[in-house]
Amino acid sequence: MDESSPASSKEKRTARWIGMVDALWRQVFGPLVTGFETFGHILALSGQAFYWLFRRPFRWREYLVALDFIGVGSLSIIVLVGIFTGAAFSLQVTDTFRTFGMESYIGAMVTLALVRELAPVLTALMVTARAGSAMATELGSMRITEQIDALRTLAVSPVQYLVTPRIVASIIMMPLLTMVFSFAGMVGAYFVAVILLEVDHGLFIAELEWMVDAYDIKIGLIKAAIFGFVLSSIGCHQGVSAAGGAKGVGLATTRAVVYSCVTVLMLDYFVGDILLIIYESPS
Amino acid sequence: MSGTDLTQRDERFQIRVRNLHKSFGRHHVLRGVDLDIERHKINIIIGGSGQGKSVLCKHLMGLLKPDQGHIFVDGQDVVPLDEVEMNSVRRKFGMLFQQAALFDSMTVEENVAFPLREHTKLSGGRIRELVAAKLALLGLQNAERKMSSELSGGMAKRVGLARAIVLEPEILIYDEPTTGLDPIATKNVDNMIAETARHLGVTSIVISHDMASTFRIADRIFMLQGGCIVANGTPAEILATTNEDLRIFVETSGTVKFGDQPQAGGLG
Repeated sequence: MDESSPASSKEKRTARWIGMVDALWRQVFGPLVTGFETFGHILALSGQAFYWLFRRPFRWREYLVALDFIGVGSLSIIVLVGIFTGAAFSLQVTDTFRTFGMESYIGAMVTLALVRELAPVLTALMVTARAGSAMATELGSMRITEQIDALRTLAVSPVQYLVTPRIVASIIMMPLLTMVFSFAGMVGAYFVAVILLEVDHGLFIAELEWMVDAYDIKIGLIKAAIFGFVLSSIGCHQGVSAAGGAKGVGLATTRAVVYSCVTVLMLDYFVGDILLIIYESPS
Repeated sequence: MSGTDLTQRDERFQIRVRNLHKSFGRHHVLRGVDLDIERHKINIIIGGSGQGKSVLCKHLMGLLKPDQGHIFVDGQDVVPLDEVEMNSVRRKFGMLFQQAALFDSMTVEENVAFPLREHTKLSGGRIRELVAAKLALLGLQNAERKMSSELSGGMAKRVGLARAIVLEPEILIYDEPTTGLDPIATKNVDNMIAETARHLGVTSIVISHDMASTFRIADRIFMLQGGCIVANGTPAEILATTNEDLRIFVETSGTVKFGDQPQAGGLG
């Protein structure tokens, strides 16, 4: 008791300060460090997936199953969302452009927005919701029930068997689904503008043909392939690193969806910017 | 023992572990494990929950990398091997997981056929024959078409064993094979382990805290406690031990008493 000399109280104060700085440091930088770590792990997993892509055996069946699940399985939902996105966008654009007497630009405006932005981004969000989340859940529950360890004991690389096909299938299927989305969106837009709101068919098509280039479609498709890589590598990474029972699998799925959506939306701006610089608009 | 060259194949010991350390964060699980696994024998590792028995076995197959130490399988140090090199060593092993770890997207037949499809060039017909033979050996004749989620615990373990032995490995690892089974099923699993060891001549490594099973089938018993092997010997030697921790651990199970003689052959 008598030891509460000035020296020891000074030590206590120092300890308190250190504690506070430490807590502050962890509050501020902790999430940042975790974020960087996760980013590093995702890159490492993608690197491994790429490495195993070129090694025997090539399991074509696994690729076909993944292509079917990610691509064919998402088709109906992409068509549905595409039609309504095009329709809603066309409705608003028609309403606004009419006010300024710019009816001739409606077709071009809607199509440009679809092929460059809306189709790749919304397709990525829909595929994340459907397939990215499924990857996290499926691989997560395989991790929890030791099926991934079992694969390794059977001398099969889980990355080659489970992760590589999913990433490759996503990179292939995302551009294809984006094309379907764009087409469905244009059908929806045409229906609303030309048939419901009585915009002239010729006007709708003429400017569209003049303003929309293969270059615009290319931008959308490159974005789509990048988004495919992003959402599948995040989904698979969250799955294979799941821990802690059913709750852990749930958490992995939530994270996969949130991380993928945020990354896709952020990357959309940067990739768009870079692509605009690389391919200077011919118009 | 310290004088022997560990990098030479040894006729008596198939796996030799030296000074193995492993930590998970601040938790130092293995603290210098030394272990010699006898060829063609049933080696049982006992110890309380959380002592690192499963962690130790995962190291033997390279599923985990140690922080320090060496593991020699037939004289080859497997610790420095990368994943691709390790896969060739893993072909010597088969592992039966605690919850069987069957692939739940496949049927029983597909599960057992999986290693054959991956590692052999056999025809579909030949694979089906081999799978049927292994399933029959384990009393699972009519289960081929069942999904693994439809199986009871004991059946799932037998399918897991069928999958582990279908490539005829030299070493079989069983992670708590009798946990969660009723007494009859436990005895069946014991018989299954003993018969597999005798028929296939495999080196068996069993993780267990079931003392009755252990004394029924073991050729050699190791006790893992506090991250080290604190006792090892034949069942008779273990029963004659003066190690207090070991006596408490074994006697608390209530199934084996010190001074008992283990039954010869053990399977009566």
